Amino acid sequence: MSAINYSEKIPNNVNLSEDRTLQRALEQWQPNFIHWWDDVGPEASTDMDVYLRTAVSVDPQGWAQFGHVKMRDYRWGIFLNPGDANRTIHFGEHKGEKAWTDVPGEHRANLRRIIVTQGDTEPASVEQQRHLGLTAPSNYDLRNLFQVNVEEGRHLWAMVYLLHKHFGRDGREEAEALLERRSGDANNPRILGAFNEETPDWLSFFMFTYFTDRDGKYQLCALAESAFDPLARTTKFMLTEEAHHMFVGESGISRIIQRTAQMMNELKTDDAGKLRAAGVIDLPTIQRYVNFHFSVTIDLFGSDESSNAATFYSSGLKGRFEEGKRTDDHVLKGLTYTVLHVQDGKLVEKEVPMLNALNEVLRDDYIRDSVAGVERWNRVLDKAGIPFRLKVPHKAFHRNIGALAGVKVAPDGRVVSDTEWQARVDEWLPSAQDRAFVGSLMGRVVEPGKFAHWIAPPVVGINRQPVDFEYVRFN
Amino acid sequence: MDAPLGAAVIKQHLIDPEICIRCNTCESICPVKAITHDSRNYVVDVDKCNLCMDCISPCPTGSIDNWRVLTRSNAYSVEAQLGWDELPAEVPLPAGAEAGIPVAAVAPQPVPLTQLEAGEEPFVASAWGATLPPWSAAHPYVNLYGARTGPIAATVAGNFRVTAVGRDYDTHHIMLDFGTMPFPVLEGQSIGILPPGLDANGRPHHARQYSIASPRNGERPGYNNVSLTIKRVLEDHQGNPVRGVGSNYMCDLKVGDTVQVIGPFGNSFLMPNHPRSNIVMICTGTGSAPMRAMTEWRRRLRQSGKFEGGKLMLFFGARTKEELPYFGPLQNLPRDFIDINFAFSRTPGAPKRYVQDVMRERAADLAALLRDPDSFFYVCGLKSMEEGVVLALRDVAREAGLSWEEIGAALKREGRLHLETY
Repeated sequence: MSAINYSEKIPNNVNLSEDRTLQRALEQWQPNFIHWWDDVGPEASTDMDVYLRTAVSVDPQGWAQFGHVKMRDYRWGIFLNPGDANRTIHFGEHKGEKAWTDVPGEHRANLRRIIVTQGDTEPASVEQQRHLGLTAPSNYDLRNLFQVNVEEGRHLWAMVYLLHKHFGRDGREEAEALLERRSGDANNPRILGAFNEETPDWLSFFMFTYFTDRDGKYQLCALAESAFDPLARTTKFMLTEEAHHMFVGESGISRIIQRTAQMMNELKTDDAGKLRAAGVIDLPTIQRYVNFHFSVTIDLFGSDESSNAATFYSSGLKGRFEEGKRTDDHVLKGLTYTVLHVQDGKLVEKEVPMLNALNEVLRDDYIRDSVAGVERWNRVLDKAGIPFRLKVPHKAFHRNIGALAGVKVAPDGRVVSDTEWQARVDEWLPSAQDRAFVGSLMGRVVEPGKFAHWIAPPVVGINRQPVDFEYVRFN
Repeated sequence: MDAPLGAAVIKQHLIDPEICIRCNTCESICPVKAITHDSRNYVVDVDKCNLCMDCISPCPTGSIDNWRVLTRSNAYSVEAQLGWDELPAEVPLPAGAEAGIPVAAVAPQPVPLTQLEAGEEPFVASAWGATLPPWSAAHPYVNLYGARTGPIAATVAGNFRVTAVGRDYDTHHIMLDFGTMPFPVLEGQSIGILPPGLDANGRPHHARQYSIASPRNGERPGYNNVSLTIKRVLEDHQGNPVRGVGSNYMCDLKVGDTVQVIGPFGNSFLMPNHPRSNIVMICTGTGSAPMRAMTEWRRRLRQSGKFEGGKLMLFFGARTKEELPYFGPLQNLPRDFIDINFAFSRTPGAPKRYVQDVMRERAADLAALLRDPDSFFYVCGLKSMEEGVVLALRDVAREAGLSWEEIGAALKREGRLHLETY
């Protein structure tokens, strides 16, 4: 007898209760997942009842069910967006052919690599954020953190489903390895650099969910175009959840800015020292965090010129953002794209084949989207009558991947000397003192309706609940 | 909706641009493509939005849940909304527009709202719920009294408490008599009550809707009266103290008082009338009102000896036995007439049991009914029960080796699964 009631425990629309092979694989994996969650999931959260959104089906009513649950008992489900049996591939060399329901042998290794890389980021961010619950600025924010955490967990399930279902034995081994790597572990780190960085404080957390989870959105959007239909349908559904993470980031930073602006007006000062003494985060510090998280995140898109990116696209594994809405030939042979590199101490543009520049194409789409949200933060400052403007740094600033790696570029896009960089890096990136100051503000506020001094309350609660609702109950 | 289009009062769905993060979830989920965006804002096209509410709960920010009551001719265009940095302020309805008319009576609604109390929470139909009545349903009269005709006066003919005396729950059985004025109703329909006085904004209260708890030929057979089951609301869904305007007004009525009534409403949550049709009723609290009406009509038919009924099965949930309306009378119904299953979620010392738990326990009998094309399913109660109940039905079907996709689709298509939650 199976130990798991599949429809109850693992809500799904992949016919799990009738797929014995998949059941056996998941039954082996699930205890290890719970073990991983207990081990490196949110710290000291075992007994809390958290007001979480759970997906129990993919229709609009089904994927947003709210209620207090223990995170350990969260119903990590497996969902594919509804399929279209006649879907055809809409880009690359297989354009016009029927979408694949199984993995074609020749693309197996590349697809597995894509899925594992995506899957690896999901548990990684849970690990990075595991201590944040101890310094939550409010009961409301604590709930949002946990919602992000369980959804990252569910995204891991989604990727593991694909590995188990479509990649046989090596898929199962990769699924195990996803639980074995650890963020920041020197011997067995997570695959991508940004996911081995610490998320030491809530400013970093909000920046991470705004900038880095938005990278997730763009990667998922590109995968949602995939010729491999199960991957496309899985990632489409994940995107609906990813939106919450970006909401946490965008509204979190917005509330911090609002509080700072309020204090600036009360004290009639823009002096960082006075504002810090008043217990709020000064705007230049917020700008430095923006610079850091933006630059680290745009590295995640990979090298500006990449033959892998060309292969992934041409073979139909990964499309562009909103591929279906673009009007070119969707094959891209003969088209070019502009990338940056350094020549004679200056940034210069050069035209390269677009197929090789697809990482850059996605990065530029991402940058446009990021900028729009930063503008919405500026509206908060506008409203408060404060002339300061936040902006994302130049895309060549502080890069570690691709042609711009290691080039010293100021946030305004000027190439600078090593000396100038050294002299001014603390104006541009968070210094140890900045991080220590932000860290010093972090204390635990969990009484419903109360908020830490450095952040404004949100405008509305979650799921029409009041802001002072008891989102997390401590038992 | 015969009123001139421009003057009609509508409820327009808007997105708050200050809270929206432009995540595209609503646009991707909207079944009628009413949501669109430019580089600045996400907006709802008033000409396309059918108020289906599919976008409400998926929105991660709550920005989606904004509404303005205005006349059709003053509705905000897509172009206007795209230019917004913030939502416009509420504008009072112009003189002559029918202020105080409940939106539910104006906007198209496939099924009536019931028990709208703590705020105007709109009805969200689950994807499996039918919008058509059973083939053997009697033809309902709807909207005889409302926006154009004005309300009708009814006289209170009775007001009894139907739950055990306790501190925090108080449910009343209220009888209204229409005298010589026509007010024909069917089981499953509802009516609207206009509480006297003004709301916090100085406007007349909007109508409160209540399901009818009596059968078509009257609470007392042969009389022109109806009964309602109304729980006195003393706290909102979060447990904060709040006195429900409609429910307290109703529960405090004395025999002989008159109330202003509009309706009837509802043209799909109706019972089958053909011989040997089975009725499965799943409800919580005052969601029992339509179930009482249907049961009582079948009981009267059975008593007449001229009708061969099918099976009646009732799943009835409440926090405790004491809170369950009509607990005593229900106990007295013959077992071969109705199969009653209670679920109490807060009985001290006993594990929590919800209606869906009890449904799963009765899977064998439910599966037999699911197989029978003469079975009709009715769900009424708190919104939170809906998903659990439909999931339980699905699981019962699957465990019996049936395809829920087929059965669920047939239930919906043939008007055999009706959901009414609030």
